[in-house]
Amino acid sequence: MSEAVIELNNLKKYFKINIGIKNKKAYVKAVDGVTLTINKGEIVGLVGESGSGKTTLARVLLNLTKPTDSHVVFNGVNLSKATSKEMKKFRTEVAVVFQDPASNLNPRDTVMNSIMRPMILHGISKKIAKQKAIDSLELVKMDSRYLNSYPHQLSGGQLQRIAIARALVLDPKVMILDEPTSALDISVQAQILNLLLDLQESLGLTYLVITHDLNVIRYISDRVAVMYLGKLVEFGPTKEIIENPKHPYTEGLMAASPILNPHDRDKEKYLMQGDPGSLINLPTGCHFHPRCPYYTERCQNEQPQNIILSNGHQVTCFKYELFGKNS
Amino acid sequence: MSEELLKLNKLYVDYKVKEGYLSAVKKVSFSINKGEIFAIVGESGCGKSTIAHSILRLLPEHNEIIKGNIFFNGEDLHEYTDKQLESIRGREIGMIFQNPLDSLNPVYTTGFQVAEGIMLDNVSKQEAWNRVINLYNDVKMPDAEKRAKSFPHELSGGMRQRVMIAMMLSRTPQLLIADEPTTALDVTIEAQILNIIKTLRDEYNTAVMLITHNFGLVAEVADKVAVMYAGEVVEQGTVFDIFDNPKHPYTKLLMKSLPRKAKSEGRLQTINGSVPRLTENKPGCRFENRCPYVMDICKIKDTERRIVTESHFFNCHLEKGGE
Repeated sequence: MSEAVIELNNLKKYFKINIGIKNKKAYVKAVDGVTLTINKGEIVGLVGESGSGKTTLARVLLNLTKPTDSHVVFNGVNLSKATSKEMKKFRTEVAVVFQDPASNLNPRDTVMNSIMRPMILHGISKKIAKQKAIDSLELVKMDSRYLNSYPHQLSGGQLQRIAIARALVLDPKVMILDEPTSALDISVQAQILNLLLDLQESLGLTYLVITHDLNVIRYISDRVAVMYLGKLVEFGPTKEIIENPKHPYTEGLMAASPILNPHDRDKEKYLMQGDPGSLINLPTGCHFHPRCPYYTERCQNEQPQNIILSNGHQVTCFKYELFGKNS
Repeated sequence: MSEELLKLNKLYVDYKVKEGYLSAVKKVSFSINKGEIFAIVGESGCGKSTIAHSILRLLPEHNEIIKGNIFFNGEDLHEYTDKQLESIRGREIGMIFQNPLDSLNPVYTTGFQVAEGIMLDNVSKQEAWNRVINLYNDVKMPDAEKRAKSFPHELSGGMRQRVMIAMMLSRTPQLLIADEPTTALDVTIEAQILNIIKTLRDEYNTAVMLITHNFGLVAEVADKVAVMYAGEVVEQGTVFDIFDNPKHPYTKLLMKSLPRKAKSEGRLQTINGSVPRLTENKPGCRFENRCPYVMDICKIKDTERRIVTESHFFNCHLEKGGE
């Protein structure tokens, strides 16, 4: 049985906002009841359109913001009740790499300083930190002569390698990668994806990869979670989600994703209409019903529950309530 | 027989930089027929956008040297005065850019901005407004009348790009230059925008020059493809030529670096090294330092054009391209 590293049970994160001059109170339900388990050594992909709550979920996982309801369980420790010692351990064990490496490396710091900084903050001596910085640069296959460079002297691919090297210096167990390749060119994207896979295998890491590029997800991940307006609508093994999506939204997302073979272009495909909508004016019932081709009256009034199908495939849609495992 | 609309003949664009000149576009020739979707694909900095901007003379003035010819409907655009060219912009050749928010004025309603272009042709305000509503319906803008009265910040990214397309459509140009039109959008919205572009081509016989780094878009809509590397077109052909039978070593490697498989089927192909500095204007193939098939001749002599079929060619010293 695989070991759970991160467990979420009905996790919620709401932001309070004021609307209009009357200051009417409202909530943005950025993450609304997400139940998800990430096991040790696996790569989970998180997909969804912009504004679906992917990044908020990552921020809650990183404990950069407190959940409104429920809590994150990391290696069996409830983060909302963690002692400061446990918290410190958590900080070294979970690392993050953001989308645009140019904007999260300090332009006035050399590569060496940027990589050493997390180690200094965690009380590692300068001498050891220096050696580790050199080692981690080697891990991401970069020459140590770049240690004294500044970010503006490097290309996008090199900067992303440095961001990954920096994330690795505290020997994390889990890495959260927010759009790790979307700012990069195709040939560089291939290099970074290969690097991430090599590191994951050699260091036994667990990844949560957030992206909107389904081709990347198909290549890299073992399981895929699909979010729509704050809800987790489908979760399951990558192959099943790609080849046999159960939720109508996943189906639409798969169909919209650009194919990489011109011979498939004339295949009949279902084009999802409309915009993803906003988290402030959520539709009643199932959030997806205004765009759903199969919707019934029930979808307008009631919220569907999570249904577990075979091999850990879960889907939140009324379509499967009656059929259960056989659908 | 298809008619030739735009023809580039040995176009060179050099930018003035501190060290001298940077050769951003080198000896690019291609032609786009009426009603054709022609994709220019390549990585950032390969000169795709420079070509588009040089067609409409949108490059910063006195900063570049353009050689070669650009023929539009048989006429050389380089001989046009600025005033003549102005009459072509928008009316004959429309252009949409990557980020629609940068192209829209934040203090006017979107409908007014579209109507403004229509009124250039001496159309009354009321009629222009009616045309705007029709155009919004054409680009499948939900709630057209309300959206025409909205300001850019009130619209989503997809809707803003629809406004740009409506604006471009309002004067039914013969050629649409779309520079990364969907890069800032979600995949579901991207699919909708692509559908609109395809419909345009079918209904108005508009030719489209699609500039992108996304091979997914190319596979989805393009008829012909030019692959660019470091300012040069390295290979050109129909979309099927390029995907099924790539010849140039760069195209070949690029095709294998697309994430088309699962990790269990093996690692992706990568291309080592990086793009050369284009300020050193030396002869030879520009891909030479990264090419797995490099020979001595590649470093000293410019490449030769190799014809595969009538529609398909590549520029390489290898007669058969990379194996």
